[in-house]
Amino acid sequence: MSHELTWLLVAVPALSAAILLLGGKATNAWGHLLGTLAPVISFAFGVVLFFQMRGQASEERSETVRLFEWFSVGQIKVDFTLLIDPLSILFVLLITGVGSLIHIYSIGYMEHDPRRRRFFGYLNLFIAAMLLLVLAADYLLVFVGWEGVGLASYLLIGFWQHKNSAAVAAKKAFVVNRVGDIGLSLAVMSMWALFGSSAFATVNAGAEHVSSTWATLLGLMLLLAACGKSAQVPLQSWLLDAMEGPTPVSALIHAATMVTAGVYLVVRSHAIYEVTDAASTAVVIVGTVTALAGAIIGCAKDDIKKALAGSTMSQIGYMMLAAGLGPAGYVFAIFHLLTHGFFKANMFLGAGSVMHGMNDDVNMRHYGALRTPMKITFATFAFGYLAILGIPPFAGFFSKDKIIEAAFADNTVIGLCALLGAGITAFYMTRVMLMTFFGKKRWADDVHPHESPAVMTWPLIILAALSLGGGALYFAGHWIVDWLEPIVGHEEEHPPVSALVMTLITLAVVAVGIVIAVLKYRRDIPREAPAGSPVTVFARRDLYGDALNEAVLMRPGQYLTRTLVWLDNRGVDGLVNGLAALFGGLSGRLRRFQTGFVRSYALSMVFGAAFVVVALLAVRLS
Amino acid sequence: MSAMLLPLADFTAPKIEYNELAPLLVVFGAACVGVLVEAFLPRPLRHLVQLAITVVAVVVSGVLTGILMNGKKELLAAQGAISVDGPALFTWLILLALSLISVLLFAERSIDGGLSAFAGQAAAVPGSEAEREGTAARIEHTEIFPLTLFAVGGMMLFAASNDLLVLFVALEVFSLPLYLLCGLARRRRLISQEAAMKYFLLGAFSSAFLLFGIALLYGYAGTMSLGGIADALSSDTGSDTILLAGTGLLGVGLLFKVGGVPFHSWTPDVYQGAPTPVTGFMAACTKIAAFVGLMRVFYVALGGSRWDWAPMMWIIAILTMVVGSIVAITQTDVKRMLAYSSIAHAGFLLTAFVGLAQAGSGVHNGITSTQAVLFYLVSYGFPTIGAFAVVTLVRDAGGEATHLSRWAGLGKKSPLLAGIFAFFLLSFAGIPLTAGFTGKWAVFSAAWTGGAWPLVVVAVLSSLVAAFFYVRVIVLMFFSDLPADAPDVALPGWQTTSAVALGLAATVVLGLVPGPVLDLAARAGEFIR
Repeated sequence: MSHELTWLLVAVPALSAAILLLGGKATNAWGHLLGTLAPVISFAFGVVLFFQMRGQASEERSETVRLFEWFSVGQIKVDFTLLIDPLSILFVLLITGVGSLIHIYSIGYMEHDPRRRRFFGYLNLFIAAMLLLVLAADYLLVFVGWEGVGLASYLLIGFWQHKNSAAVAAKKAFVVNRVGDIGLSLAVMSMWALFGSSAFATVNAGAEHVSSTWATLLGLMLLLAACGKSAQVPLQSWLLDAMEGPTPVSALIHAATMVTAGVYLVVRSHAIYEVTDAASTAVVIVGTVTALAGAIIGCAKDDIKKALAGSTMSQIGYMMLAAGLGPAGYVFAIFHLLTHGFFKANMFLGAGSVMHGMNDDVNMRHYGALRTPMKITFATFAFGYLAILGIPPFAGFFSKDKIIEAAFADNTVIGLCALLGAGITAFYMTRVMLMTFFGKKRWADDVHPHESPAVMTWPLIILAALSLGGGALYFAGHWIVDWLEPIVGHEEEHPPVSALVMTLITLAVVAVGIVIAVLKYRRDIPREAPAGSPVTVFARRDLYGDALNEAVLMRPGQYLTRTLVWLDNRGVDGLVNGLAALFGGLSGRLRRFQTGFVRSYALSMVFGAAFVVVALLAVRLS
Repeated sequence: MSAMLLPLADFTAPKIEYNELAPLLVVFGAACVGVLVEAFLPRPLRHLVQLAITVVAVVVSGVLTGILMNGKKELLAAQGAISVDGPALFTWLILLALSLISVLLFAERSIDGGLSAFAGQAAAVPGSEAEREGTAARIEHTEIFPLTLFAVGGMMLFAASNDLLVLFVALEVFSLPLYLLCGLARRRRLISQEAAMKYFLLGAFSSAFLLFGIALLYGYAGTMSLGGIADALSSDTGSDTILLAGTGLLGVGLLFKVGGVPFHSWTPDVYQGAPTPVTGFMAACTKIAAFVGLMRVFYVALGGSRWDWAPMMWIIAILTMVVGSIVAITQTDVKRMLAYSSIAHAGFLLTAFVGLAQAGSGVHNGITSTQAVLFYLVSYGFPTIGAFAVVTLVRDAGGEATHLSRWAGLGKKSPLLAGIFAFFLLSFAGIPLTAGFTGKWAVFSAAWTGGAWPLVVVAVLSSLVAAFFYVRVIVLMFFSDLPADAPDVALPGWQTTSAVALGLAATVVLGLVPGPVLDLAARAGEFIR
């Protein structure tokens, strides 16, 4: 097999999605099996490509595969070209590997859903779009994948159509993502104007010659796009609501893969960020703010999935922070992205397993003491827990520690924020752990918690193993650094104190977080949430993110709409009435000859014509 | 005196390039034949014969246009009055293709109890005994077919007219049949007649502006021909005030047909009241003809004063996008929503138009405004007719159920129909791999490279708002419960089925492989003078 066949990676799940979605009821019986097979095939192929690539010299590892010319107008030419290089192959393995596990898990999780086949169709559609996103060699093609994953995410969040909340959440996700998409579309158009092409190669080559203003603008546009897709402040609000979707969706799309696309975009555009300090700083600030905001939200949620979603936001904030640090951070951003993909998918699927045994209840106040009836779920969740806390030798230890080190090397304030975030992470994850698996049982009498079937526990076990062993990518001779360096570059920067001291400080802060959580949550936990302090309420309401959106965007939007509708329907009429009074009923007399509202339309045309002529003359005279 | 008694030898017949004008002549000729058919053929035969004549005329005209495009000979025909150039031929081709689909919709008779969407007797008072008798006797107005052909011919002429007088005549030739067609709905006749009345009154009003503008420009340049006006502009003789006033008034007349704000107010009422197949025809074809006409006048004749009119057009473009997208949000009627959506699309088109990316103006990017607009018109026309075709199929006892609340849960009742409609909406919203995506890219990048980047920012923001209301309809169709009294989905005849299928196929193909059509638009080149 050669790189020429890279397109098969995308084509296999796309074909499977087409069969499942167009095949109708005929495919009901075996649809989930085909749907699971597709990512497995892509994964196997990805592994082959990966080992082939390892066999090559590092400078020969990037290869573009031109499939066909998409369109060309004048000098603008967009080819359907895929780029297979050390960066994209890691994503391919993550997407198809974790994707396969989650497909397998879904066979069990969605067993009783009458629309299971359609669910697998959408999941395959997502896999295909996500692979296109990371394999594209042109920003416009990235955009196609970008919109594709957005569409799949929209369909899957709203999958349980009978729930109104799901439909609302799906719509919100779609709209907020479109705000981010504006950034990407403007960026692509600017690239066309600046470089005459949006292919990675041309943009990377041209980036250093572009004026710093344009580089900053491009960087900010791409950051806007990344904020939308990766749920970074200020476009974070959709992710918590997106938890309305089935849990495998939350694990695959809203934890492991799609939401990390923003980090991919920033790292992929490193050539642009390297020439603009302003935009890189903006990336760091957005990442830091989100890392803290997500962690704080995670502290107050009683819904297990929302607590994890807050955590996802926060962890992606860390990746974004690292990506903003430049060559010192790119590798660690991607490294943390991979380990996070393992341990967060693990914990989401674990949460799904808990819900499966608890009649789909998501409120942690109704859990407690589940470690006995759900031994495997508990053990695997614990692995994810230790990994996200950064306890050695779990995967998160290596990736997060390096980010905190790099942050300190760059700027002490940012470093302190990252350190604080690690402490809060320890607090809220311990809280989740204690409320779910420890303490006294708080579930109702008609609930009978039980362990999930093997088809669901095996993916958990594999992901738990990866949560433990994922760190090997780094500690085995800094493999990931060597692997990614030819693509994104790397500079080792040293924190003000030695790395070992740094690690010990971080571990101490994490320990403090754990102790506080244990002290607070070892007592009995009421089944109803107490009123809570103002800080808790602030965090429970997602830091008033929705209220802010409502006040800043929605209300003015509604007023604008109302005003325009009012103007459109009646405003001109009102003006007629006003003028009628003014001109002694002249208009009133005219009105007798006309019925209906044509007169107001005509009047608006007169005003329009007057405006047009005046505008023309004004331009000439000025 | 001697001038009046010219000897015959002095009178030279105007040179008419029959070969180049054949597509126009075929359509007009077939329209005249259609009128004769009405006079001489017995009633039962008329529907079939008229349909056959119309389809054959449109297809033949399309083939002739294709041959002309292939020959690639551009010229000013009929003594410089009609310009048969690349953009004109391209426009003819789209107009004919979309008219063919519209005619199929007009001919549909199986979704409303064996009757067409048009009134049996337009003269019968709505709700009267005469109307009931006519319906019982299955009387139909087959005149709609020749009327459509006249409208199509007028639109083709409008897009190709190289002389302001021809432009005006063509405008009336395509408008008058449309006024009639608008008033011919079989169901809800009063609102249909009201729509026709409004359209007629406001259309007449806008024609007056247009005519006044033409008169002023004639006063400035001393000629009606577009090339002549351009020459007068470059030699800079005459009064600027007259030129600018003329430009403004002419612009008003053209923007009215395009549906630009503030000259858009007729659009929602007329789109809602007119029979849905006619609405689809108007939304697609009128917009195409009007837009090409607008571009031709402003680029060819008034290109020299573009710095005078561009700021005004900037404002109109922004208003059109913003008002179209925002007001669409609160619409509760699917036809009105599509009307506002068409206004927003006019705004997107205007961005490319005022972006003024022109060949040879030193822009980095190769796509010119003309090419971008031509492509957008294709990518907008097909989904539009398809969407209106779908609207004709959702019916209850009172005819089409156009209130949006009646569309709730449609996805559960008929997943196929709702899915197709959702696909058209996604195309309007500009989601990748649909026609709308490629079209939006084309116009936005033309505007961007032409330096109108603030317009592009507004356009992208408006398309975000627009995406919201398209998605709202999709959510309504798929994520709401089906009410007990939900409307039925009529089983379409072959005509509507093929119209929807053609619209769908074009939307998919233009999204996946836009290359050939973009090439065609690129090869159309620029307007000649």
